[in-house]
This record gives sequence, structure tokens and C-alpha cells, in this order.
Amino acid sequence: MDKYGDLKKIATKLRCSIIEMLKEAKSGHPGGSLSACEILTALYFKEMRVDPNNPQWPDRDRFVLSKGHGAPVLYAALAEKGYFPKEELMSLRKIDSMLQGHPDMKDTPGVDMTTGSLGQGLAAANGMALAGKLDKKDYRVYALIGDGEAQEGIIWEAAMLAAHYKLDNLTVFLDHNGLQIDGFNKDVMNIEPIDEKFKAFGWHVINIDGHSFEEIFNALDEAKNTKAKPTIIIAKTVKGKGVSFMENQVGWHGKAPSEEEAKKAIDEIGGAVND
Amino acid sequence: MTKMIATRDAYGEALKELGGINEDIVVLDADLSGSTKTAVFQKEYPHRFFNVGIAEQNLIATAAGLATTGKIPFASTFAVFATGRAYEIIRNSVAYPKLNVKIAATHAGLTVGEDGATHQALEDISLMRSLPNMVVLCPADAVETKKCIYKAAEYQGPVYIRLGRSKVPVILDENYDFEIGKGIQLKEGNDITIIATGVMVAKALDAAEILEKEGISTRVINMSTIKPIDKDIIIKAAKETKGIITVEEHSIIGGLGSAVAEVLSENHPALMVRIGTMDTFGESGEAEKLLEKYGLNVANIVNKAKKLLSK
Repeated sequence: MDKYGDLKKIATKLRCSIIEMLKEAKSGHPGGSLSACEILTALYFKEMRVDPNNPQWPDRDRFVLSKGHGAPVLYAALAEKGYFPKEELMSLRKIDSMLQGHPDMKDTPGVDMTTGSLGQGLAAANGMALAGKLDKKDYRVYALIGDGEAQEGIIWEAAMLAAHYKLDNLTVFLDHNGLQIDGFNKDVMNIEPIDEKFKAFGWHVINIDGHSFEEIFNALDEAKNTKAKPTIIIAKTVKGKGVSFMENQVGWHGKAPSEEEAKKAIDEIGGAVND
Repeated sequence: MTKMIATRDAYGEALKELGGINEDIVVLDADLSGSTKTAVFQKEYPHRFFNVGIAEQNLIATAAGLATTGKIPFASTFAVFATGRAYEIIRNSVAYPKLNVKIAATHAGLTVGEDGATHQALEDISLMRSLPNMVVLCPADAVETKKCIYKAAEYQGPVYIRLGRSKVPVILDENYDFEIGKGIQLKEGNDITIIATGVMVAKALDAAEILEKEGISTRVINMSTIKPIDKDIIIKAAKETKGIITVEEHSIIGGLGSAVAEVLSENHPALMVRIGTMDTFGESGEAEKLLEKYGLNVANIVNKAKKLLSK
């Protein structure tokens, strides 16, 4: 019996939802949504203390999708968790929908911070963590940043702040899929050595395979046991993970699959997983 | 003798008072706490004060995160950095989600003085006024500043409060009733109306006194809320007087003058003159001398009033 069998099934469902909703929306970002499926599954279906019936619960753990264009994976996770009906997913990016192209905390239950403009979510997560410390609350704050996003200046302003204020209640994942809109990070603007950079900024740094539940949970435990420092989990991932023709393809950063491509993608992912 | 107090000093005092009343008040600064006067709060409530270093984008986004948890953050730095450097953060992480962040920016306008053009925000009202969900306040003196800070803390949602560096006369009474969205008529008059904001309100009152002596009955309105603008008081003035002069320590583009012109042109077209900086940057110099050089002085208001009435 696979220890993480149930979670793997959920990650597969999220992948199918992402493909379905993007096909329906006819636009959006599949690559960076598919790369983060295991991370969001681990957080929402095991790690985080949340209650979909009480999204504003003051003592809940928070999650900030700083790479806001990954909205489809967040929406898929929230719907799967029961924050809103799954049918809503088909309204993504359409007029009057509560599911905006990028996360909007005003309209979508479960979205803890409005994001979309890169870099700002990490600083906002710091604010939540500072408030938790100030109020002596035990909630934890999680954020997911992109690797291209690490090129934003505010990421480093925020990185300094989190270390300065010893925000050990903050755990950040870096979805390190190596690609951004214009190509590979290393060709557009090299961010390496990204782990050394965060170490130099005073963070506890853990390198993992971002598609391995085993490694994700070990890292999360290590983060919780790390005191007086924020932790960043640098998760090596594959952009477009699970769909052969999307994997590591820069062209699938911000393009929706056609009817045919979607069918092929879902077949590959293993669309047999039904409720 | 009129008391002279900088609005930033009144801000520091107000924060300190509020901090004792409301536990949710937190204050952030970007290495200018001595100048913005947030250090006054820090001294009383060190745990509720966060210095983010010289990082204005971080200042605003961190405040946004704090606001999501129910805190009432006041974020301060100089107006030019708060609204310029961090503009898009204010737009996307504060105004759009309508988070309860108060941006209290000091050192607005020419009266920054000797530091010169790089530090003199003359377009901050314009930038903040164009953002949906944003309330824009520009108090005239120390008394009104305190009232603005209290009201801003009560109000749910983003507020921009424009404050100055230099000492300005205290012109309002402690019992003065400030309400967000309401202009206040400080003086009756039937010939002409001066609508002023911020540190220019005192100059408007002085100009009105001179005009009265010359037989020109001058109404003076203190427009301390630039957004939402008090349409009624503007339209009433346009109906009851022969023309309107706006006076602000800000560019004539996008600020108070523009806001008043928008109301008039759609509701009751009237003769109008805007006094402000004329699409130009400032420069180094003593505050009062700069105001004079750029036409933000009593003599220019008097001249423009007479000219408008002779049209």
C-alpha cells in the first residue's frame, strides 16, 4: 500500500481540473500550475490547519500564492477541499466569475491574499507572520513563489525582513521549474545559486524534489522544527508536469490547451480517477 | 500669536494616542521614523512598530499582509516614495483587495524645502486619487491632522493621508468637526470662492482677508478630503459666487484643481482658476521662498481672484 496513494490521487485530480478549466477558459497558465500540484496537495490535504466551512477562521494557517498566475492549481485545490463547488471551476476567467485570472481574496473563499503582480505575495506573507508573532498565535504561514519571480527586487526586500524578524512561522516553497515566459531562467536572468542566496539572507534552506510527497513532508517537518529563522524549500519541479507535450516547454507557460490537446493531456494524467 | 506645528508632528502625537486606545494599530516605517514622526509611536509601543528598512515596496506589501489579519497598519515614509516607488504595490496589494491599510505620507509638496525636487511630491494626490477604493485626505493643520488620523483608523479600507514637513499655522478650532468626504466652509462670501487643501488653506484665509478689505466678499472652503470629493459644497459655491479658485501645494494636473473641475464641468460649469505647480518640478530652497516662487502665496491668490472677477 502506497503511503501517499490518496494524496497522489488528489494531485492527479488537481491536474485534471487544471486542464479542464483552462480548456474551458481558453486562456491561462498550465505550466506553472501543473508543476505545483504536489506542493498544494501536501499543504491543503495534510499539512495546513484550515476549515473550508470557515475560510476566515482567525487561527487558520495561511497560504499565499505569490506566483499568482498559478491560480488554476489553487482554485483546483480549494474546490477539491470544499471551499466552493467544483462546477465553479468552469467559470474561470469569465465575466462575473468569482474565479479571476489571478487570485482575488475579496471574491474567492479560501484565497488568503490577492496576488498576480509578482513578488508582492511574499511580503504580504511576512505581514501575516508578523501578526501571528505579535498576537502569540500558533498559526503558520505558507507561501509559494516562482523561480522567475525571484528576479523581482521585492522578493529580496521581503527575504531580508523575514530573517530580520526571525519569522520561523513562515515556510516558503520555491517552485523551481527553471522556466519563465521568455525562456529558461538561466538564459533570461540567472538566479543561481538560489539556495546560496537565501542562505546568505539568513534563511534555513532545504532542497527537495517538488514532486515527491516524502520529501515535501520531511521538509515541512524540518521547517517546523527550525527556530528563529524562516525556511525556504527549494522544490525542483518540472513545468507542465504530467503532460508529456507540456513538460519543460516554455510555450506552455501561458497558453490554454485545445479540445484535442486537453483530451490527450487528461488521458496521460490518468483521467480515470473519478469521484 | 498663531501656533505653528507641522502636520507630521501632529501625526506622531495622534498615533501615540491611538495606540493606547486601539491594540490593533501597528505602524511601519522605511528608515525615516524620525522624520515621519512614527518614532513617537515606536517609543511607546515598540512591539507594534516595524521598521522594514529602506524598502518602500516591502513597506506597503507587508502592511497589506498585516491588514489581512485584522491589524490596522499605518505605513509611513516620504510622499514621493510612498506613492511613487510603491505605486503598483498600493494598487494591486492594497487598493484592489480593499485592505485596511493607512498610508500616512509626510514631506509632501514644495515645503520639503532644501532637499529639492527629488523629495518634493507634487503628483501624489493625482496618483492616489485615480485608484479605486482609495480615500485621499489632506489635512490643513495640526488639529485637522489628528482628526484625520482618528477617522482613518475608524474607516474600513485604504486611506492615503498627505502630510507636510514644515511648520504651519494652527487655524482650526479643537471643536472643528471633521468628516471624511465633507468639505468645510471656513468663511462666508458671495463674490468668489477659494477652495484650498492642506497647507494652502491658511494662505487662502489670509488672501480672503485682503480681498474683503478691497470689497470682494470671499468664501473659503477647506477641502481636506480630496476623494471622495464633496460635490455639493462645490456646486453650491459655483451657484452662489461668480467664480472658483482652487489652491493646492501640488501639480495643477490631477489634484484638487482637477477634482473640482471635474465636478463643475459635469454639473455646473463655472469660471475657474487652478493655483498649484504648473506642470513643473520643484527645487531646493527655503519652504516659504519656494511657495512664493511657484505662485503658492497670498499675493498670487489675491491677483488671480481679481483677474477672475474682471472676466
